[in-house]
Amino acid sequence: MILIGSGLTILNAHPHLYWGAYGANFDHAWLHTPRAPSWLTIPAGYNLAIARRWHLLFALVLAFGLLLFMVSSLINKHFQKDLRIRLAELSPAHLWFDLKEHLAFRFHDPNHPGAFNIFQKLSYALTIFVLIPLMILTGLTLSPGMNAAWPWLLDLFGGRQSARSIHFIAASGLVLFIIVHLVLVILAGAWNEVRSMITGRWTVPEDDQ
Amino acid sequence: MSSLITRRALVTGGAVTAGLLLSGCDRVAQNPGFRKILLSGDAMNQGLQRALTNRGALAPEFRPDQMSPRFRTNGTANPNTPSYNAMVAENFAHWRLQVGGLVVRPLDLSLAQLRSMPARSQITRHDCVEGWSAIGKWQGPMLGTLLKLAGIRDAARYIVFTCADLYGGQPYYESIDLIDAFHPQTILAWAMNDTLLDVGHGAPIRLRVERQLGYKHAKYVMRIDAVASLAGIGLGKGGYWEDRVDYDWYAGI
Repeated sequence: MILIGSGLTILNAHPHLYWGAYGANFDHAWLHTPRAPSWLTIPAGYNLAIARRWHLLFALVLAFGLLLFMVSSLINKHFQKDLRIRLAELSPAHLWFDLKEHLAFRFHDPNHPGAFNIFQKLSYALTIFVLIPLMILTGLTLSPGMNAAWPWLLDLFGGRQSARSIHFIAASGLVLFIIVHLVLVILAGAWNEVRSMITGRWTVPEDDQ
Repeated sequence: MSSLITRRALVTGGAVTAGLLLSGCDRVAQNPGFRKILLSGDAMNQGLQRALTNRGALAPEFRPDQMSPRFRTNGTANPNTPSYNAMVAENFAHWRLQVGGLVVRPLDLSLAQLRSMPARSQITRHDCVEGWSAIGKWQGPMLGTLLKLAGIRDAARYIVFTCADLYGGQPYYESIDLIDAFHPQTILAWAMNDTLLDVGHGAPIRLRVERQLGYKHAKYVMRIDAVASLAGIGLGKGGYWEDRVDYDWYAGI
């Protein structure tokens, strides 16, 4: 939340996105983003310096937090137990079945009520292994200091302004994930779900039994 | 069971912290204790960057065909003070660069002397803190050459640049440490894109400190001092923007 809010302030400083190694006024921007309103930004008034302070401090929290989460999830087998995607789950028939279940607001498999369903697994895997690492790497690519030390980052993303554009696109993906996630948590029974996230204790909803 | 407690404590703690922060990031940021933490991120990023990367690594250089068709100006576009205007009127004929502070041999150089020194030519990307980038060609002597000529004393830790432009009545200034000062791509540019530097881009010389953000690349440099500490200079944070609005001193990100 802090990263998104302060990121919006930083975007407000130059709300134009480019592809390639350079891009400034007079160059061709592929997107002009609308100005983020002050109730969405951190800080609430326009202050690029303080927004950067928030952003760059909490970027460290995010990066090392993800690292810690990944290492602990490997050790306590959270990844292997809960996130492993089985080939059968990716079959069109299964995907279609799960989609129908979602549309009927039935989110839990009656036989394995505690397990993640395939859409959950795919979206969690996309977030943990693609979107957040992409945020971190494209963020590093925006640093002129890191460009000198790790020029492969520039090669990977096609230049600093491309990295900035990808940083924005991945952030939009994360925002979308957060919104959909929150909506589904509320639909699936907010109190039960939130308690299970925090304590690990989850009770099978009555209508699933 | 123990893992459950740890997990619970961890997540609850995280949730409470997040809640507190969201209830008023701006208010929290004004709390002196938290402010200190918030502003410490710069030092952490500097430490991490210097620890994880080669501190002598060169910033990427580009081919002439990769240059920006137009390199915009930013910050002061013209210092427009009586003394600066007089210097422009006489084409900087009497302009002098002072190199002093903690040095053995203070220097007093004319523009002609600077231009006759061995120069480095580099096509680099300029990254503004606002987010835009432009690629241009810069030419001038390495700052390290001047500092060796002057002979830096052992006590010196930082190099301070005093400029001809005023912001709110105060001279613009910036500072870098010795690692960046002696980096081969740190030059005092007197030419940009194969012509003498124009007023908009910092005539007659500007600092190019590749690997840092735009506001560190001081324009209109008049004086260079080697100092032991930044404490007595300006408001003590090492630069005009650092003093006034809390910009990071180490602008490597």
